[in-house]
Order: sequence, then C-alpha cells, then structure tokens
Amino acid sequence: VTLTILIWLPLAIALVASQLPGRFAGRIAVLNSLVTLGVAVDFLARFKLGHAGLQFVTDKVWISSLGIHYKLGLDGLNVALVVTTCIVFCAAMLWCAGREWDRPRTFYFQFALAQSGVLGAFCAQDLALFVAFFDLMLIPFFFLSGIWGGQNRVRGTTKLVIYTLVGSFFMLVGAIATGVLASSQHGTGLTFVLSSLQALPLSHTSQTWIFLCFAIAFLVKMPLVPFHGWLPDGYKAMPIPAVAVFSAILSKVAAYGFLRIVLPLFPYAAVHFQVIMLLIALVSILWGTVVAFTTPDARLVVAYSSVAQLGFITLGIFSLHTDGGQGALLQMVNHALVTAPLFFIVAALAQRAGGSEKLADMGGIAFRAPILATLALIITLATLAMPGSSNFVGEFLILFGVFNAKLPIALIAALGVVGAAVYALRLYIRALHNRVGPNVTSFEISLRDAVPVAGMVIVILVLAFYPHFGLRRSAPSLRSSLAAVQLQTSIPRRVAQTP
Amino acid sequence: MSLVMTTAAATGHLKGPHIDWASFMPFLVLSGGALIVLLIGLLGGGDQTSTRGRVVPLVTVLVLAAFMVIGISRFHHPASIIAGALAVDDLALILDMIFAVSAIACVLLSLRARAPETAGHGEYYSLLLFSVLGMAVLVSAQNLVTLFIGFELLSIPLYVLCASEYRREGSLESGLKYLVIGSVGSATLVYGLALVYGATGSTEFSQIASQISSGGLAGGLLGDPMLFTGLALVLVGFAFKASVAPFHQWTPDVYEGAPTPVTAFMATATKAAALGVLLRFFDVAAIDIQNTWAPAIATIAAITIIVGNVGALGQSSLKRMLGYSSVGQAGYMLAGVVVGTRLGVDATVLYLAVYLMMNVAAFAVIVGVQDERADGDELSGMAGLGARSPWLAWPMTIAMLALAGIPGTVGFIGKFQLIHALVNGSYTWLAVVLVLGSMISLGYYLRVVASIWMRAPTPSPGPGYTAVSARGRLAPIAGGSPEADGPGAGSGQAMASAASLSSRFPEVTLVAVVFGAACVVFGVFPSPLFDLAAHAGQAIGGLF
Repeated sequence: VTLTILIWLPLAIALVASQLPGRFAGRIAVLNSLVTLGVAVDFLARFKLGHAGLQFVTDKVWISSLGIHYKLGLDGLNVALVVTTCIVFCAAMLWCAGREWDRPRTFYFQFALAQSGVLGAFCAQDLALFVAFFDLMLIPFFFLSGIWGGQNRVRGTTKLVIYTLVGSFFMLVGAIATGVLASSQHGTGLTFVLSSLQALPLSHTSQTWIFLCFAIAFLVKMPLVPFHGWLPDGYKAMPIPAVAVFSAILSKVAAYGFLRIVLPLFPYAAVHFQVIMLLIALVSILWGTVVAFTTPDARLVVAYSSVAQLGFITLGIFSLHTDGGQGALLQMVNHALVTAPLFFIVAALAQRAGGSEKLADMGGIAFRAPILATLALIITLATLAMPGSSNFVGEFLILFGVFNAKLPIALIAALGVVGAAVYALRLYIRALHNRVGPNVTSFEISLRDAVPVAGMVIVILVLAFYPHFGLRRSAPSLRSSLAAVQLQTSIPRRVAQTP
Repeated sequence: MSLVMTTAAATGHLKGPHIDWASFMPFLVLSGGALIVLLIGLLGGGDQTSTRGRVVPLVTVLVLAAFMVIGISRFHHPASIIAGALAVDDLALILDMIFAVSAIACVLLSLRARAPETAGHGEYYSLLLFSVLGMAVLVSAQNLVTLFIGFELLSIPLYVLCASEYRREGSLESGLKYLVIGSVGSATLVYGLALVYGATGSTEFSQIASQISSGGLAGGLLGDPMLFTGLALVLVGFAFKASVAPFHQWTPDVYEGAPTPVTAFMATATKAAALGVLLRFFDVAAIDIQNTWAPAIATIAAITIIVGNVGALGQSSLKRMLGYSSVGQAGYMLAGVVVGTRLGVDATVLYLAVYLMMNVAAFAVIVGVQDERADGDELSGMAGLGARSPWLAWPMTIAMLALAGIPGTVGFIGKFQLIHALVNGSYTWLAVVLVLGSMISLGYYLRVVASIWMRAPTPSPGPGYTAVSARGRLAPIAGGSPEADGPGAGSGQAMASAASLSSRFPEVTLVAVVFGAACVVFGVFPSPLFDLAAHAGQAIGGLF
C-alpha cells in the first residue's frame, strides 16, 4: 500500500458513490472514512521509530519541464497528523450520516475531496505539489459552506474563500520564486522537491520576502490575529461538520507548513522574523482568549479558542527550540481532537436550545442529559489543558521552549493558559448548568451524535495517558527540521561574543 | 493574342518566388475551403435552409479538420516559404491548432444559433474560415507586408460576423463599434509599420533585426525617434486587437453584443493571433533592443491586468464580465512577451492554449443557457443552474475556477508557468501584479460559481433565443421572411417545457463538457501542454 492509495482513496470511493443512489451516500461516506482510517493506521503501525528521514516515499516526475515531482512521504512531522485527519473525518462522517442532507451525493463528495486534499497537503514533499493541495482542499469548503451553510452563508463563504485564496496566491509566488531563485543562485536545474531545495539555501534578501509570502498564507489559514477578518463570518456560515473539519484539520496544515517548509527552507528569515512571529502568536493568544470569554455565541467561543490555541502552536514553532516544536506538534493533534467534538456538542446544545447558538438561550441542559454533559466536561477539561490531559503536556512543552527562547513572551503567554480555563468553563457552565434557558427542551444525546463524540473522547483519553506516543515519533524528524534554523541562531551569537 | 504576348514579354524577366507547395498547403486548404463553403451556401433550391444548415457546417468542420491534419503533419519541419514572407514553424502551427479548435467549437455552437440563419449559412461559415486564414497568415508572417495582410484578413470577416445577427440591435452596434475601433487600430498599425520600414529600410523581420543590432543605436531607442515612434505605434495597433488597456474599451461592448459563438471565437482565437504576432514581432524583429521596449510593455501589462480585473467586478452580464476578464488575461499573457526569453514564449503559448479551453467552456455554457432563457447572459440566469442542469453547471464551475487559477485546473498551470517566466526574467514585480490581479478576479469568478450553486433559480423573464415567442417578437422586423421563421420554430414549445438542457442541445453540452473536462485533465497531467509549448519557444531562434 503506497501513500498514493491513502491520498486518493477517499476521492475514488466518493466518485463511485456519486453514481449510486443518494440514500446510500451517508453510509458509503462512513465506510469510506473508516477504510481510509484503516489504511492510515496501517501506515502508523509500519512507521519505523527513530528515523529522521522520510518513509514510504513515492517519487515520480510530474511536470518534467518544471522539475516538479509527485513526491509523497511520511516522517515524524506528519505521520500523527495524517492519522488525526482520518480520525476527525471519520467522526465528521459519522455525525453527518445520521442526518438528512439536501443533495447528499454532492455533499459527501465534497468531504471526500477535502480529505484527499488535506492528506495530499500533509504528505506532499514537493513545494509545488504542496501549494496545489493547499489550494485544492479549500474548494470543497467553498461549496460546503455556500450550499449547506447557515445564515448569510454567501457572504461568509465569499469572505472565507477570498481571504484564504489571496494568501494562497502569495504562497504561489513565493513557491515559484523559491524554485527559480534557488536554481539560478546555485546554477542548477529547476527543482521544487523539498529535500533538494533544502540543499540550495537562498540568499538572505530572497529568504526575507519569500518568508513573508508563505507566512501570510499560513497565518490567514490558521488564522492568527491581524489576518482573522474572515473568521466570525466564515465559521458561522459553515455547516457544523465542515466547521469541525476546517477548524480541526485545515488550520493545522498551515501550522504544519511552517515546520515542513518555512523553517527548513528559510532559516535566516525564520530567525530574522522570530520576534515578530512570536508577538503575533502572543497577541492571538490574548485576543482569542478575551473574545472567547466575551462573545455571546457558543460556536464563536470555540472559534476564538482555536485562535488562541493556534497562537500557542505558532508560539511553540517559533520558539525555534526542539521542545517548543515538539509541544507544537503534540498540540496540533490535541487541538484537532478537542475542537471537532466541541463543535458537535455546540450543535447538540443548539438543538436543545431551540436552534439558537447564543449562550443566553442555553443553560440547564445538563440536568436531563447527563451523558452529553459528561462528554462535554471531558472535552472542556482537555481544552483548558487540565493537568493530566495531553493538552497540558503540549502547552507545557511549548512554554518550556519559549522560556528558553524569549522569557518575557513566555511569561505573558502563560496568562493564556489561565484564560483558557476561564472561557472553557464559562462555555460549559453557561450552556449546561445555570438557569434553564427560555426555549430549552433538554433531552439525552442520541446514539448517532454520541458515537462520533464518544469516539473522539476515547482517543483524547488514550492520548492523555500516553502523550509520548506522538512525541517519540516526531522527535528525530523535528530535530532535522529545526537543524538549519538552530545553525542560524548559533552563528550570530558567536559573532556577537567574539568582539 | 498580342496582348498576351506583350504581357508575357513584360513579365518574362520577372521571376516569381519559388513556392514550397507542401508547406503552403494549410493556407491553400483554408482559402479553398472558404470559397467552397461560400459556394455550397449558394447552391440548392427549394427548401434548402435546413440542408444548408447541415451541409455547410459539416463542410466547414471538414475543412478545419483537414487544416489541422496538414498542420500536424508539418510539425517539426520548419519552412520559410514564398521568399521568406511566411514561416510555417512550430510556433505558427501550434497557434494554428488553437485557431482551428476555436473555430470548430464556434461552428458547433453556431449550429442552432440565429446568426448563421440571418446572415446566410454560406456567408457566415465562409467568413469564419477567412478569419482563420487571416490569423494563420498573421502568426506566420515574417514580413511587415504579410503581417498587415494577415491582420486585415483576420479583422474584416470578424467585423461582419459580429454584426451577423443584424436584426438584433446589439449585434449591429457591436459590429459597427468593432469596425470603427478596429479600423483605428489598423491605421495605427500600418502607420507604425511604415515608420519601422522607414527607419530600417526593410520589411523583413530578420533584416530589421540585423539593421537594429548593427545600426548602432547608441542612444537607445530615443537615438532613433523614427524607429521609436514606429515600434510604439505597432504596439498600439496590436494592443487594440489584443484588447490591452488603455485600448480595450471596445471589448466589453463588442463581446456583449456579438452573437455568443462569435464572441467565443473572438475571445480565444483573436487573442491568440494578436499575442502570437506580438511574440513574433518583438521577439524576432526587435529582440536586440528588448531592454528598451520591455519596461513599456511591462507597464502596459500591469495596467491591463488591473483595469481588466477591476472592470469585471461590477458586471452583471456574463459576456461583458468575460470581456473584461479577457482584458485582464491579455495582461497576464503580455508578461510572456515582456521577458523576451524562450521561457516567456513557452509560457504565453501555454497560456493561450489554456485560455482556449477555459473560455470556450464558459461561452458554450452561456450559449446553452441563452437557448433556454432570455437572460442567459445575465448572472441571474445562472442562478440555480447546478440543480437545473448539472451538465452545464459543472463545466461553467470548472471554467470559472480555472480562470481564477485554482490548482487542479489548467489555469493554475498556466499562471504557474507565467510567474515562472517572470521570476526567471527578473520581472518579479510584474509577477506580483499578476497575482494581485488574480486576487481581484476571484471576486467575480466566484460570484458566478456562487450563483450557479448557491442561489435559488429566478423565474425566467422569457424563453430564450430560439424559442417561439422570441421569433414572434422578431417577426415584425423580419417582415415574415421565410428565414426568420425557419427551422427550430416548431421545436420552441418543446424547449420551453424541457427540464434539462443537456438533452436539447447535445452539441452545445458536448462542447461545454469536452472543454471543461480538458481544463481538469490537462490541469492534472499538464506535461503534453508543456511539451507542445516548448516547441513553440524553440521555433523562435536566438532566444535563450
């Protein structure tokens, strides 16, 4: 089984399914995501520990005249994310299958296309291929939120797509410039393969502007604070399964892009812009926390908490420290596992509050729905990084990394950990306890909703007991990804000390 | 008898240039075919409208197919024919393929359109073939004179074609507007050509190039005002035809007014011809002073990208929108001319091929929707198309995404190669402008996609083009002539009630689906396109 099969399997099955009667679409989609998950777990099982390099490499020439390869590979950076992607899609499909959707075949086809795009982006080891998948995975969300979305969906969708595609176009220029300038500065043939580009470091000026192109694309997709304009409208516009997948997975592709592409290829620029990136991350943490605490909308609480969490992840990445990076990778998995079921729970709460996602309309739901409340509590505690949860380990490692890099930033960022407890508990208490809301008719969580949420909760619990599972696999690859940057940071210091 | 003798004596000492008939065949096939089509259109009696309606398009397609087959057989055999007036090389042949494919698509889209009926089948299709001939001559031209002949031969049939639906005011207006503005462009061009001839003393591109390089233009172009003015005027003349800002104002009006199949042909083939000749002229004749004209063209390209894309934003008519979008796209393609490298030629030719697929798919869908509803050209006509007729909705969606440059479609590949050429040619700033233009363009391309899939269908303001009441409305003007009440009138009732478009006009759906599929297939497997474009770049010698 090669990675090509893993990537294209969802799309292939969905293409077949689109020719079958619509009433089977939901069940086929669940089956599709389960099979893909099985293939991904198989890769995880066969993954060799202690190797920094790529495994299961597929390398074929795609466009020979441009030196673009169809190169896929797994290493410590992406193996956990690939499996997480499959888990989240599986849960989302389970959640969808219990419901009626307008034009079901198109609906499930979009999800399968999204899954293929995301898996492709995670596995791509060629810059041009990554850019292609990065843009491709957005297209299904345009349709998902535009056709099946909520109120003001066209406005929200347009905002979302234009913001992210604008970022992507910057990245496209940056990617092409990377290949062309690397080959012309070193007098070699044109190539976009990441491992070859790594051997052809760019000049400092080139690195600086290309770094900015990539950073804009990734920061918009995450989103972090000055680039988050689309977030409230976009998140409100998407249907619940789409927003769950988007927040859980697509934002991680952007964070992963920093580790996979930006740090190894533009080490000088990464060091040059380290403080700015850390400040952006810090502002995102604080701002996300404050807004998540004040917004009256349950879905937006989760949305803005994602901003804060992605701030943490970026903080870990740009600590340019191995522990910070490890924490960031772990936190990517944790956040994906936590945020998707949170959106499902918000949907369940809204269903019990007369369809309103306003916190003011909720309340008192827990009394008649103890299982729902328990599931929600576990996820809430994981979100606020309760000691004992894997999120706690992730945030701890991130802060540890930043302490080593920039002490003041780490001190302020620690406030965010406290803030997370405040907004997460506020959401939980306001929605599930307190006075019973005006239109609330509470009832126990149905089996079809419980299965995906409970499945995710089990994964969260397993990871809480054994966070080392992910860390062990990522450490060697992360070290090699950070090697170029750490070389950069050590040189200026030595220079500074000599005179 | 004596007259013949004298003529023979007088011309005896003149030796006609040697003509390599084998290489000349593509031109012969087109001109002969155009005449045959014209004559077939005149033949026949009695109830010939339907016969002509079938035979003439068929013969036209056959002629174009023969043209393509001969062209393919001449591939990799570059030849300079008629004393170096025409070059039948890979660049010309690839562009010829683009013209032929575009013309075939136009024929298929015209099969049930009103334009050929109003104008007469023979005339309509023969003009189309003559226009293709003009394009073929234009992109093969190696000489200022053949260049101008090709330019006019391409333009004049198009003026008529635009006005061919002459009972509709918009079509007439479009033809007249195109004629007036096109003539200004032609006049500018011929003035520029004359000045270039005056400055260099030659009409041959190669001679001009050697004159320029040996002429010791120490003071740059400004040292030779006549050449400078000449080149500037030539550029302006081409800019009119390629609808490059600020000479683009005619584009949206003409595109909107012309019959949609003609618009599809104009948008793709004319653009390819104009850019092909720009490549030929500036990269062959004026390549040695590339550093003088390149900044000027780069500026124009940047202006064009911005003007076209911003202009398209507020349009509600799809044809107007595509008109403005074609202005923007012309700006992208100029980028390949600017850099003056082989890679630039590759990128432009590649983008022209890509542009053909995307635009024909889009226009075919507009033709399909126009057949059904009177507002088929409007954004509102697209509303709910996804639910109404998916076989038209998907090609339109793909075409719009491709035009916007989304990965997985040819548009991405085309933009990728253009940006590659620009960065490689040290015009990174223009690459950034290109990307900015693409960002703006998302605003209007995605609006169409949103309309197709996300808006409820609006009630049709009336049945479409070929339906009964449309003809009834025309009857007073037509004066009850048999042509106006021709075939299709009976089927109108059935059309209005038909739920799915795809079954009604199979050839229109076919064109849309084939070109839409090509957008995706070549977007995923672009290597054949790259190989083809690479041959075009090699055809122009002296580039690196």
